[in-house]
Amino acid sequence: MTSLLPLALGFAMSCVGLGILFCTLRLLIGPSAQDRVLALDTLWMCCMLLCLLLGMRFGSMVYFEVALLIALLGFASTVALAKFLMRGEIIE
Amino acid sequence: MHEQAWEQLPLWISLPVSLLLVLGGCIALIGCLGLLRLPHFYQRIHGPAITITLGAGCILIASMLLFSALETRPVVHELLITLFVLLTAPMVSMLVMRAAVYRDLRKRRARPGTKDGEDEVYPVTQTQSRGDR
Repeated sequence: MTSLLPLALGFAMSCVGLGILFCTLRLLIGPSAQDRVLALDTLWMCCMLLCLLLGMRFGSMVYFEVALLIALLGFASTVALAKFLMRGEIIE
Repeated sequence: MHEQAWEQLPLWISLPVSLLLVLGGCIALIGCLGLLRLPHFYQRIHGPAITITLGAGCILIASMLLFSALETRPVVHELLITLFVLLTAPMVSMLVMRAAVYRDLRKRRARPGTKDGEDEVYPVTQTQSRGDR
């Protein structure tokens, strides 16, 4: 029973890694620009989850701060990209 | 050293942490699969919502439980991330959605009389009639 936690951690990490792969595929094949922005936002979130899982795996609090920074930067970048999508073509 | 701390965890704390981790991983995977598989953009935007709210919530609660048990004191740092993500996720999806609707409307106005059924023309008819008025 003591190996339950590492097993669950490995499972969750592989799930999130597969999710990152799916987001990257959508980012590459996304037909429109808003698809790519959405995929990039999901990619930020998946990377934040992966950082949290790595922090639990190695038992250090540094990864938590990395995850907080990733969440902040992901929000800022997605808002900027959405604003650009709305206004970029109006100016043209 | 860390592995030894894991060995000493009681079952009643490692079992819920493992369950929450498995659940969170599955839900995050389902959300990303929805982002990959669904046919329209307006359907695809629902996939990441699951990943961000439920998947991240499960993994954050598991992290809180595990660190509280490891350090034998309540660790509530993760509430910061939870609060921030839960506050910003609706804003982000609303902004991206609005940008997509604007872009579709502009594309339609540029080519009037486009056929329905393609990717960009989904149920925006009400919005369009309101915009034309």
